Amino acid sequence: MTSLAVERLLGFSRQAPKFMASSVIPAVGIALFLLFWHIVAGNINTSLGQFPGPAQVWTQSQALYQEHQREREKAAAFYERQESRNAKKLEKNPDATIKWRKYTGKPTFLDQIFTSLYTVAFGFLLASLVAIPLGILCGLSENVYQAVNPIIQVFKPVSPLAWLPLVTMVVSAVYVSEDPMFEKSFLNSAFTVTLCCLWPTVINTTVGVAGIDRDLVNVGRVIKLNAATNVVRIVLPASVPMIFTGLRLSLATGWMVLIAAEMLAQNPGLGKFIWDEFQNGSSNSLSRIMVAVLTIGLIGFLLDRAMLMLQRRVSWDKQAVLR
Amino acid sequence: MHLVKRFLAVVMCVVLPVSSIAEVGEPEKDELTFGFIKLTDMAPIAVAYENGYFEDEDLYVTIEAQANWKVLLDGVIDGQLDGAHMLAGQPLAATIGFGTKAHIVTPFSMDLNGNGITVSNAVWQAMKPNIPKMADGRPVHPIKADYLKPVVDSYIADGKPFNMGMVFPVSTHNYELRYWLAAGGLHPGFYAPHKGDISGQIDAEVLLSVTPPPQMPATLEAGTIYGYCVGEPWNQQAVFKGIGVPVITDYEIWKDNPEKVFGMTKEFTEKYPNTTIRVVKALLRAAKGLDENDNANRMEAVEILSRSEYVGADAEVIANSMTGTFEYEKGDKRDVPDFNVFFRYFATYPYYSDAVWYLSQMRRWGQIDAPKNDAWYHDVAKSVYRPDLYELAAKELIAEGHMEASDFPDFSTESGFRAPQTEFIDGVTYDGTKPNEYLKSFPIGLKDEIL
Repeated sequence: MTSLAVERLLGFSRQAPKFMASSVIPAVGIALFLLFWHIVAGNINTSLGQFPGPAQVWTQSQALYQEHQREREKAAAFYERQESRNAKKLEKNPDATIKWRKYTGKPTFLDQIFTSLYTVAFGFLLASLVAIPLGILCGLSENVYQAVNPIIQVFKPVSPLAWLPLVTMVVSAVYVSEDPMFEKSFLNSAFTVTLCCLWPTVINTTVGVAGIDRDLVNVGRVIKLNAATNVVRIVLPASVPMIFTGLRLSLATGWMVLIAAEMLAQNPGLGKFIWDEFQNGSSNSLSRIMVAVLTIGLIGFLLDRAMLMLQRRVSWDKQAVLR
Repeated sequence: MHLVKRFLAVVMCVVLPVSSIAEVGEPEKDELTFGFIKLTDMAPIAVAYENGYFEDEDLYVTIEAQANWKVLLDGVIDGQLDGAHMLAGQPLAATIGFGTKAHIVTPFSMDLNGNGITVSNAVWQAMKPNIPKMADGRPVHPIKADYLKPVVDSYIADGKPFNMGMVFPVSTHNYELRYWLAAGGLHPGFYAPHKGDISGQIDAEVLLSVTPPPQMPATLEAGTIYGYCVGEPWNQQAVFKGIGVPVITDYEIWKDNPEKVFGMTKEFTEKYPNTTIRVVKALLRAAKGLDENDNANRMEAVEILSRSEYVGADAEVIANSMTGTFEYEKGDKRDVPDFNVFFRYFATYPYYSDAVWYLSQMRRWGQIDAPKNDAWYHDVAKSVYRPDLYELAAKELIAEGHMEASDFPDFSTESGFRAPQTEFIDGVTYDGTKPNEYLKSFPIGLKDEIL
């Protein structure tokens, strides 16, 4: 059979391959995966019941959303009660000081997602603010690179989780204030993320800056640009692809580490959600954990896509293939 | 003029005491965070929150599950938590400086009983032939550790250490498990903190180690331990999962033993006295509700506890022990109406004698390294257990009409020491006024010696 015959048989036009590559094949992949998951899950029995298949996970994701809505209703009722209590207080004593308190209920799954996102963003930005300038410095000056490199090489392979106890103790010792702007638990998670986001960005930026086309460097020299202009006009644009490679690696590992740190330190976020569900040991726990696992994956994917879009926007070379 | 003054004085005498009892002032601190461990005996806190008793006291409380007892205690000490569901031994140990030192007090006992000892299926199969049977073939209860002894001996003969889990070095569970083992002739090991040995395994035949309550079933399943002593729902969870068999409840080891307490730092109670009284009031109302009308409200409490932010286990597992029954071997469900007691028998009153019992066990197993005189035991008990705060809260509730005087011990005559208690599994009598005499009545355990 010729390939033409195959195409006719399958009913595809000549434009079909592109369409197939972009949506049909991934859809087939996902369908096969779901089928495989369904079959395998049905054959694993744990002491918490059967391993959740796609159907159970779907049910639980709906249940989690309903819980979220119920919690919001409870919050509304809480505020109403507070209002009437405050009103009564004022009636009794018009000079009474009235305080407005936030809802005291539990954070829902959706709340935990936002907490995690917020934490990773904070830790990542902090790391980038340090790592990009440091990387540029290392790339521009061989001496700085030689001085800093051993330290980078030693700290790079350390799992940031090993830092966690130290971070926790330092934060609680140093960050003392009566009315703190940030929760300590938030800072612990965020700094742990920072520590792990530093290295990929530093290394890739260094490589990017050191490998700038000689011609570009020479142009800078010829027109006698000062150091700052040189960095802004030549070094940064030329090393954008490598910087972003570093940033994407950083963000991806930061996201992974954050979940583990939240689990370990019981800091609010998706990691804590998973740990709490594991501790609950109810018959729904595994399905709910699976919902969290998929959510984490999806968010990680979206974060990476967002970085890619950002890279496209700031990159001068619009022809480069990015993936 | 003179008459008017006298009249006023009389009026003041009559009115003032009443009004000072009838109303506690505004809470000094009204946004509070309380910690708990995922166990059914945290119910008074959950119920006080869900039924709005905290809000009735103008308190805005956030309730947070803690990873383990150590994290919880540290949270209370460093002020991240304003109060917590604690093991009765924790405030005592912290105050005398075994472990982290801090002066923690308790104005409220949270419950009686509620724990059990579970062994793995393999150990149960080995124990079972030794246990006398009833006519219907089910084992006679209570099951003593005497029947476990041959199993432990055979493990030791094979060179395998016999490991069991408990939840914390100063936990009720540690003392109950030790009490049960020692009553059956099995040595659970001594502590020697003055020599830096806090593993509690000196001379031990059964090696005890710490595992957080919710992880007990998983650790048993992994084979790291052969049995454990823990609170509910983690014994019933083992039955449901088919990985172990509960052999005895603490009710049968010591009938109506005091269990968890609500702990706060002494500093907190002094800085925020009104808040403290209001917290106790809310907890008292919740505890009363839990036992009211012969446990009528327990199913409602089970539903609350089964939510993922509280205990989170399946409702049917929690219900098993909360509603007056207890399932031992699968299918062998027996009535234990007093398995969880939250209010009756004056369960919430912080008796000094309860504190002294915990201190006596700390001494028995060497956590208190040197012998102390009876007065020391009483002084420590009085500095940690605070029936005075309890009394203020109780009188408030009576004045408000939420409770009656008969709900509480007679405050005018109560000494804080229960009458000598006799219902222990080994038949030893406990009199809280004479701890040293009590220690001498045990064949296994420290008396006057220092290790």
